[in-house]
Amino acid sequence: MLDDRSPIYLQIANGIKDDVLSGTLKEDEQIMSTNQYAAFYQINPATAAKGFAQLVDEGVLYKKRGIGMFVSPDARARLRRQRRERFFADVVDPMVAEARMIGVDVQEILDYLGRKR
Amino acid sequence: MITDIVLRDLTVRYGPTVAVDGLSLDLAPGKIYGLLGRNGSGKTSLLSVLASYRRPSSGTVTVGGVNPFENRQVMRQTCFVRDTLDVADSDRVGAVLSFAADLRPTFDREYAARLLDTFGLPAGQRVTTLSRGQRSILGAVLGLAARASLTLLDEVSLGMDAAARTTFYRELLADYLAYPRTVVLSTHLIEEAAELFEQVIIIDRGRLVLHEEADVLRGRGVTVTGPAAAVERFVAGRTVLSEQSLGGVRAATLYGRLDDADAARADADGLTVGPVGIQELFVHLTGAQR
Repeated sequence: MLDDRSPIYLQIANGIKDDVLSGTLKEDEQIMSTNQYAAFYQINPATAAKGFAQLVDEGVLYKKRGIGMFVSPDARARLRRQRRERFFADVVDPMVAEARMIGVDVQEILDYLGRKR
Repeated sequence: MITDIVLRDLTVRYGPTVAVDGLSLDLAPGKIYGLLGRNGSGKTSLLSVLASYRRPSSGTVTVGGVNPFENRQVMRQTCFVRDTLDVADSDRVGAVLSFAADLRPTFDREYAARLLDTFGLPAGQRVTTLSRGQRSILGAVLGLAARASLTLLDEVSLGMDAAARTTFYRELLADYLAYPRTVVLSTHLIEEAAELFEQVIIIDRGRLVLHEEADVLRGRGVTVTGPAAAVERFVAGRTVLSEQSLGGVRAATLYGRLDDADAARADADGLTVGPVGIQELFVHLTGAQR
């Protein structure tokens, strides 16, 4: 779940983003309260609140005063756009680097991907 | 009454020994603080002053703007649980809790009874017959059920087994969520308690090393590993907490976050960057110079 080696608020924010991307959290769906989150993950509520605040800043969540936090209507599309921009740098480049190191050439990768279509 | 605590140039001496050495600290109300320090670093002395169990040798403490020492109003809102427990050893556990409840209007008897049950500590047992871990459990029950707006818990999980500690963390967090208050928790079990802390205070040899948001400390340290020459180039001008070498490979632990440009440079130089947890950081910050 959570580790102590990177800021927990970022881990929480990333977990919620993954849930939005995968469709586990639907748009306009209410998410757990800060206290529920803190009790569930056994973390300080201020840390959970910081994670939520980050997501409000990024437009992934919106606040309804006195009710709670909800997933923004355009959150999924927005997150997909962001992740797609980083996909080649974050996912493909490291794979190509690994392939070079162990002598797998690009054509082999293309053949493999061709069969995955 | 939940108020600010301000310490200025606080010094505590025992004869020639300086336990707390010119320490200044501001504690905002309603947070859980982790007080971390090695054995003999001054944690208990600092907490004793916060609890008004001891007068500072010099310097000032104010709680909500007033000197807490022999101040009935402040004392009633303060609960300090320490190693000695400060209870009558010949009493039974139930009597100890009744006595605490009589002294303190905020004490929740029902919650205390529930906690005994949860921890599996019999109310009929005499304090003298409790094991080390059971004494700690009694301390935890006294500290939690007091619901004091300033709750000071000194090594309260000492000797508890893993299951009891897990129960203690769970209860502390749940009761804090329901009844927010200021909690200062000192512990050596940093790794397992760190997620409860909003802020971390590290002291060493009576002095403040740092006071920082816990989540800011996570990822504040990094390890950089790779060919010795490349590591040396990378760490030049940075705060190096420790270094070790194995053959031509060097690993350096740095204090301070790397920005994206730093990370890209490390990557281009063939260096591997890894995170450092709060406990590891604590060891580096308080261990090296002894």
